[in-house]
Amino acid sequence: MEQKTRIHAEDGKQELLITRDFALPLPLLFTAYTDPEIVAQWMGTRVLTLDNRVHGSWRFETTDPKGNKHGFNGVIHEFETNRKITRTFEMENTPFSPWIEYLEFESLDGDTSRLTMQPVYRSVEQRDRLLQLPFAQGIQMAHNRIQEIFSKPK
Amino acid sequence: MNLRRDAFQAIADPTRRAILLLVASQAMTAGAIAANFDTARPTVSRHLQILTECELLGQQQQGREMYYHINAKKMKEVAEFIEPFRMIWEHRFNKLESIMKKYKARK
Repeated sequence: MEQKTRIHAEDGKQELLITRDFALPLPLLFTAYTDPEIVAQWMGTRVLTLDNRVHGSWRFETTDPKGNKHGFNGVIHEFETNRKITRTFEMENTPFSPWIEYLEFESLDGDTSRLTMQPVYRSVEQRDRLLQLPFAQGIQMAHNRIQEIFSKPK
Repeated sequence: MNLRRDAFQAIADPTRRAILLLVASQAMTAGAIAANFDTARPTVSRHLQILTECELLGQQQQGREMYYHINAKKMKEVAEFIEPFRMIWEHRFNKLESIMKKYKARK
């Protein structure tokens, strides 16, 4: 399958550049970020608050397979319909400091649009640790499997 | 660049990740590795071949036996790579796109 999402993580910088082109007109792409019901669907989260305005706040809550709840929240600093959202992003109860995200939405032609996400983290170390989280989880899954194999009676 | 991508395909498989974790603690022969899996021996051999080809495992002859060991340098390179992170966003955005296509049809 074609890879449409590009991530640019320059060495030694505390930010990422994530870009994705969608086969969607710009207003539909923007709606996917502002309609709480739709955000809940594609992010796989409960949307507790999503106040789409300058100084408005947002809060999401996800439940992992073990039933643990994880909270995420932030404040919206800039909000321009079909153009941009600037918001802070905090992962609650983790060692990660809140970061700021610049989301830019643009129309490519009538039927396609582009999202550019630029999260800026507190430090290069925090960015790199966040980037490695999904890999670490993959290894953890393999580790659990190994334990299953070893605990199986021969 | 190609090698890196191959290494990622290699670790995408749960059995191969399990093999890497096994060998991480000590160098092992193919037979000793295969003894830890229910999978058929030729299947394990194939996994070992793939892991060796993309340089995640190295081979060393000791007497009559061939031992497999972890190539730590290559593992680090893969661990630092961002593909699993990218995949999460790829899945999320694909979902966003398909939801909004239906949303468009509904309106």
